[in-house]
Amino acid sequence: MEAVYTLIEMVVKNIVVVLVLMGFVAYTTLLERKLLGRLQVRPGPNRVGPFGLLQPIADGVKSFFKEDIVPDEADKTIYILAPGISLFAALSMFAVIPFGGTITLLGRQINLVVANIDTGLLYLLALATLGEYGVVLGGWASGNKYGVLGALRAAAQMISYEVALGLAVIGTIILAGSLNLGEIVAAQAGMWFIVKYPFGFIFYLVAGLAEINRTPFDMPESESELACGFNIEYSSMKFATFMIAEYAHMFTVAAIVTTLFLGGWMGPWLPGPVWFLIKVFAVIFFFIWERGTYPRLRYDHIMQFGWKVLLPLTLLNVVVTAALVALGVL
Amino acid sequence: MIGIGIGFKWFIFVVAALVATGSSLMMVTRKNPIHSALWLIVTFFSVAILYVLLNATFIAVAQVMVYAGAIMMLVLFVIMLIHLEWGAQWTSSRSFAKLMGGIITVMLFLQVLAGVFTYSSVGQHGIYSAQKLAEIGNTRAVGGLLYGKYVFAFEVASILLLVGIVGAVLLARKRKD
Repeated sequence: MEAVYTLIEMVVKNIVVVLVLMGFVAYTTLLERKLLGRLQVRPGPNRVGPFGLLQPIADGVKSFFKEDIVPDEADKTIYILAPGISLFAALSMFAVIPFGGTITLLGRQINLVVANIDTGLLYLLALATLGEYGVVLGGWASGNKYGVLGALRAAAQMISYEVALGLAVIGTIILAGSLNLGEIVAAQAGMWFIVKYPFGFIFYLVAGLAEINRTPFDMPESESELACGFNIEYSSMKFATFMIAEYAHMFTVAAIVTTLFLGGWMGPWLPGPVWFLIKVFAVIFFFIWERGTYPRLRYDHIMQFGWKVLLPLTLLNVVVTAALVALGVL
Repeated sequence: MIGIGIGFKWFIFVVAALVATGSSLMMVTRKNPIHSALWLIVTFFSVAILYVLLNATFIAVAQVMVYAGAIMMLVLFVIMLIHLEWGAQWTSSRSFAKLMGGIITVMLFLQVLAGVFTYSSVGQHGIYSAQKLAEIGNTRAVGGLLYGKYVFAFEVASILLLVGIVGAVLLARKRKD
């Protein structure tokens, strides 16, 4: 019987987490539009419902009823699969992130994480690269030259910044002595890793922005030169799926930053999930804020920065952190 | 319960093995190199599942991260960059290379079959049993061996990669003439 209960618990946890996550993702889009509006001294969407609160639903319904166009030149199967790959990767990344301690429900101890796996951090890195396939394949399969250019840029950018991303998290592994995200959170009980390992935090934020293709690294879809880049031919629900995937990925990266550097779900007085959400939205706020602040970089500058500045710095950071831990300073 | 567990493991093994074989077949028969690359990614995935079944979670995740993720992304990048998609077409003429390739493939396949059917567990067992791995953690075990017992081989391999990088930089450098 225990096995059946465990199975039920897993299924319920999956469904609840995906639904709640999608809800937050929908309202992250509204938050972004509202905040960007404020940053540009305009009110943002405010017509649908009070304060524009129903805007995400209106967006969803609109894209659902739009005409779905598949270009003649497109590679049909891959064209249809690509948005799904993006969304799948963004959602499954969330599975290993702990968003609370344990709660007791109906006499069962429930761990507030979907999959408590040993190599959680590596799993995150692996799925992050897979998510990029959606962008690359979507751009290529559209049969459009701007799409292919966007895909190429996405691929090159991912290869360049993934290395820095991986090196940036190595410090947290050294400090926590584990790849399990639950144990990494537990290791921050005394002091958040952002204090012990501040440069890793900065490097992760920069490389993370490149990973989710946000300004100033939004090369694959830079509107002014590539006319939207990889998703140029997408319309209707497929376009919306790309959008949802992008915001889900942003939410997940914010959750990873929270877990690795900001003490995860832990905090005084309030319950774990609340603290988790507060921290995640603080990071998301930063992502939106910097989008409203910085211009887009030039493509060759991004490549140069990635290989010639970020990579050596992250390497140095790993060596210094490892030495400090070995000497017992940290 | 244990019986169901083992049956389930077998089921996953058979599915993963069939998908691995099928997708590698698809990979070598596609005309479009991008499709070949995508089928190769599927193959890497199913092989990663086989690694998980063998209690080698670290290798499995590393396989997905390095091969299915980074290296295949590089392959796709190159194919898209030099626009090979419809370039290299299938030639139906029977060439000498194809004949030799066929013979070698069949020979290797027979060798694998012979290995499978004459397999017997001789020699000594490793010290890392499934229970021990679960105790100390897979990543810790791999890391301990790589940076302890096998550190020399590990460093030699990294120097080999370094030589490759230096060579690539040398080739890509602008000539001054």
